[in-house]
Amino acid sequence: MNVSYINPFIQATLETFKTMLNIEAVPEEPRIKQEPIPTYDVSGVIGLSGDAKGTVAISFPKFMALKVVSALLGVTLKEIDPDLTDGIGEMANIIVGNAKQHLNGFHLSISLPNVIVGRDHTLVPRKDISTLVIPFKTEMGNFSLEVTLKTN
Amino acid sequence: MNVLLVDDSSTMRRIQKTQLENFGVDKIIEAGDGEEAMEKLETSMPIDIILLDWNMPVMDGLTFLKEVRKKSEYSKVKIFMCTSESEKPKVFEALQAGANNYIVKPFSPEALKKKLEL
Repeated sequence: MNVSYINPFIQATLETFKTMLNIEAVPEEPRIKQEPIPTYDVSGVIGLSGDAKGTVAISFPKFMALKVVSALLGVTLKEIDPDLTDGIGEMANIIVGNAKQHLNGFHLSISLPNVIVGRDHTLVPRKDISTLVIPFKTEMGNFSLEVTLKTN
Repeated sequence: MNVLLVDDSSTMRRIQKTQLENFGVDKIIEAGDGEEAMEKLETSMPIDIILLDWNMPVMDGLTFLKEVRKKSEYSKVKIFMCTSESEKPKVFEALQAGANNYIVKPFSPEALKKKLEL
């Protein structure tokens, strides 16, 4: 995978956190995911198709997912419920949709979001495409973005 | 002002509804997809503005937009696409199909207010 495809997703993540939550997200060094290591507890996953194919997943620990969606809605969520999964799915949708405009020259379609819930669940990387993991730090906690993208 | 809010994300509808209430919008009607939006539009006129997401199940925003623009009784209803679809060809496609304006997610309350000219 061409790592230059990663920057649009990082930029879109920073912009989404700043605009929607008014907090700074600080990216750390991206790494290639070589083994199916556990991510966090709640993941919003978007499929990409068109000139490139793949998935983008944004994964949060439960406590942070609760903080993020509570802040979005202006309420206090205490447990994983449909409001929480909808909010995480929408965050994923906004980040990937926003990143598309900076992936110059690619015509891409995005799927509706899927949200996976489960303590320390694992998103297994494909053997034929590299998955890049970008960790982020914020005042609400740490989360990660996993980008798996293969150009045609 | 009466607004029809169309988005499959309940989170996004709640965020926008709160913002519209803060702007003093009189009446806010919600729909979760294009098909539901068509039903709400038929039963809730007068509607001044439709805030319309693009990617939705059942009937997407672009299909809904084209359907509404076929009907002369809704010719004065302004339709603002409100979506994460941000590439220029998508914006052009929506404007060609009859959208009056285009707001890219994520957006601030101030940006929405400015677009709505409130």
